[in-house]
Amino acid sequence: MNDKTRRLIQRLTLTPYSVWAVLFIVVPLLFVAYYAFTDQNFHFTFDNISRFFTATSVVDNGETTREVHTYLVIFMRSLKLAVISTVVCLVMGYPLAYIMARASERTQSVLLTLIMIPMWMNFLIRTYAWMTILQDTGILNGFLSALHLGRIHIIGTESAVVIGMVYDYFPYMVLPIYSIMAKLDVKLLEAASDLGCPGLSVLRRVIWPLSIPGVLSGITMVLIPSISTFYISQKLGNGKFFLIGDAIEGQYTANNLHFAAAIAFILMVILLVCMALMQKLANRRLVAA
Amino acid sequence: MKMKRASKIYTALIMIFLFAPIAILLVFSFNEAKSLSVFTGFSLKWYRELFRDTETLRAVLNTLLLAVSASLVSTVMGTAAAVGINKLRNKVLRSTLDSVTNIPMINPDIITGISLMLMFVFVGRLFGAATSLSFWTMLISHITFCLPYVILQVLPKLQQMDKALPEAAMDLGCTPLRAFFKAELPEIMPGVITGLIMAFTMSLDDFVISYFTAGNGFQTLPIRIYSMTKKTVTPKMYALATIIFFVILSLLLLSNFYDEEAMNKRRQKKKSKEKQPQAPNVKLKTQN
Amino acid sequence: MKKIVEIKNISKSFGDNVVLDNINLDIYDNEFITLLGPSGCGKTTLLRIIGGFEVPDQGDVIFMGENINGLPPHKRNVNTVFQRYALFPHLNVFENVAFSLREKKVPKDEIQKAVTDMLSLVALKGFEKRSVTSLSGGQQQRVAIARALVNQPKVLLLDEPLSALDLKLRKDMQVELKNIQKATGITFIFVTHDQEEALSMSDTVVVMTEGHIQQIGTPPDIYNEPQNAFVADFIGESNILDGVMLEDYKVRFSGHTFQCLDKGFAPRETVDVVVRPEDVDIVPEEKGHLRGIVTSVTFLGVHYEIIVDIGGFKWMIQTTDFHDVDEHIGLFIEPDAIHVMKKSKFSGMFGDYSSFSDEMDEIGEVDLEELEAESETTK
Repeated sequence: MNDKTRRLIQRLTLTPYSVWAVLFIVVPLLFVAYYAFTDQNFHFTFDNISRFFTATSVVDNGETTREVHTYLVIFMRSLKLAVISTVVCLVMGYPLAYIMARASERTQSVLLTLIMIPMWMNFLIRTYAWMTILQDTGILNGFLSALHLGRIHIIGTESAVVIGMVYDYFPYMVLPIYSIMAKLDVKLLEAASDLGCPGLSVLRRVIWPLSIPGVLSGITMVLIPSISTFYISQKLGNGKFFLIGDAIEGQYTANNLHFAAAIAFILMVILLVCMALMQKLANRRLVAA
Repeated sequence: MKMKRASKIYTALIMIFLFAPIAILLVFSFNEAKSLSVFTGFSLKWYRELFRDTETLRAVLNTLLLAVSASLVSTVMGTAAAVGINKLRNKVLRSTLDSVTNIPMINPDIITGISLMLMFVFVGRLFGAATSLSFWTMLISHITFCLPYVILQVLPKLQQMDKALPEAAMDLGCTPLRAFFKAELPEIMPGVITGLIMAFTMSLDDFVISYFTAGNGFQTLPIRIYSMTKKTVTPKMYALATIIFFVILSLLLLSNFYDEEAMNKRRQKKKSKEKQPQAPNVKLKTQN
Repeated sequence: MKKIVEIKNISKSFGDNVVLDNINLDIYDNEFITLLGPSGCGKTTLLRIIGGFEVPDQGDVIFMGENINGLPPHKRNVNTVFQRYALFPHLNVFENVAFSLREKKVPKDEIQKAVTDMLSLVALKGFEKRSVTSLSGGQQQRVAIARALVNQPKVLLLDEPLSALDLKLRKDMQVELKNIQKATGITFIFVTHDQEEALSMSDTVVVMTEGHIQQIGTPPDIYNEPQNAFVADFIGESNILDGVMLEDYKVRFSGHTFQCLDKGFAPRETVDVVVRPEDVDIVPEEKGHLRGIVTSVTFLGVHYEIIVDIGGFKWMIQTTDFHDVDEHIGLFIEPDAIHVMKKSKFSGMFGDYSSFSDEMDEIGEVDLEELEAESETTK
């Protein structure tokens, strides 16, 4: 192919997508910043951003009352629950990915299908199912009282939200780790045992370091949706402004678009910094290895 | 390789965790009473009620319409884009394009949704429209988040392809355009199909971005489910979930069956070449 | 003979990298011509320019008297056999070969006949329905040739078509390609970096390096009368020495004056002298023109390859008689074994085997020391 046709083809194939990407990926993000830094009349202001950091509310737990920074508390809670869910997913998912990768070809494909089935169910339905299970009058409590074990109140607590997040995002942790592990050369493991590595040591010194790219992508794929969710917290958690996603959604429904944009903007910046740090960490690990 | 006992038990426990909630939905969709904890008797009344719910049925149709249009447009545009990106020699342009393509996949859906909504609202106001959100804004949004998945599926196929194939076709009398359709497209077809399927399911499944960009008149199934679960809980939802579950299950089994057929065929062809278990290239969209 | 392709003043750069620098070349009808050179010499780019896959920055490609510079590949009456064959994996053998005929909308029965004929020409009869991915490398190669030839092009371009095959298959295919060329009478333009391949198949060899043609000639010409040190070194093994042409038929190098067959140099002109390793006779030390010490010996089956140190310059000599390391030998060189060349920019870059022998020395020494140490401990 000569240069002229090559350039023509490039222009024909790339232009539609490039225009689309600028119009509907880049420009909308600029609008987030624009709304975040303007007021109702589109005059420049820092108020929306500073409101995120300074807005306070009063927490009353019966005996004492104290004033807290509303959005900072919400953000820290989101971060905490997202991190806990991610860790739980990793701890639960890593062994499963390992077991799957070592299983026979047939078992692998069966397990893979089984893991993907719940994933293709809409997450609203999945979350909703847990709500019916965890409710005070739900199946779990029905089960417990049938066994005369008493009832537990779990709906509306942070634990319920973590259960929901783990359930919804668990496949996103398992699949990337599994796909890395399945590609690991069996000979590599044999070489390691041949070099006198006992089983557990093979796991620690060979499999784990090699699976880190999968683990990192699993972490991103669980952490990001769980930090920004709003449906799970609405159904399984309690209160209107439980997580940062709820805050954005709440401001949106209240038609406070500028403040919603400000929260989204701050969340985006924080996530960007986190991702950059993680990338750096991953690179350093790769260099070290 | 046989799985060890401990592995088996562990896997079983995880599967119970994954499927227990779905099983409960299934069972209670046939419950006579409205209760969520006591099964009083078998009944199909919730299914009957579901099929009488025209709003939900319309939402199903809307969802399909949207998913078909979004996945077709994004597959055509994304495949073309992948061809262009693959030929791009300018490194700066290429890495810029790659990063932009990654944005919708990395960004939380809520931010993608909000950002598109803000733009639509702003532009709509510019033209004096009271509300600019409609089927079209939703379609644009769905195409936008589907595009990266199509590109990501097609690009590796293009990179694996022998660069000389389109040249060979031209050498044998094809114009560049014909060479693409006769030599290049058949080679990258598996990637294009996977991209199409992924785009379709992404669009079908999306709630968050749709939630922010949907107009009042146009409701998709996930949005319908959201509004259903906002109010009082009825087992009609369970019936819907059950139907969705069986549709997904049969689709997955069907595609697995076809995969296996294809794999068997390939195996017969390449008897000499040892086949390794194929790990899927997992790149999935995370929700919410 | 009729000129079929003329390359006139062709230059091509990729960025700052000049790949072809003012190339001129005539290619004749019914000729097997080989573009030979190390990787990056521009031979493939030249081929792609003829095929229409690259456009030259300047210069013209004349095809049967017509300038075809602007003509896209699909309108040129040349076809290409690609390096990795580039067979269409989604089509079977028959459909691959039939590809260009279908593109031309040739009637079905004609296609059937043409493809069958082609497949029998490349000895693949009965393979019509096979998938191309199930074929061996050699068979794929034949399909690629059949696919390119079915169109009855005037010129067939072959871009290192044998490089993916193993040695034995490569030898067979060399013979077969030559036969096909003779049978069809089509001009073959063949690109390779393998000098043996070039010598054994071609009517004409074009030696290229760094975007320039170094020499054009028949295989014996290229081998026996290399024009400069690069060609001498690239084609076969050569000892290349600094010499002085004393007068016609008399050249002095390595401290000795030799009779030779070359003439036409200026008096006392400094020259490069080529002596092929197989042309040197080993004689007892006192009977030789030159004397040296054997520094290494390698057994290669047909002959030994020995490195001889003559006054600090390491010669390579091929001999069927065994001479041990450290043996003092004499070298006898007949006048027709000596080839004198003009100095060029490649002078001094090739033709000395000292680096080769140094390595051998080091390995030899280590071995020897170890051996001695061992023998001492056993004592």
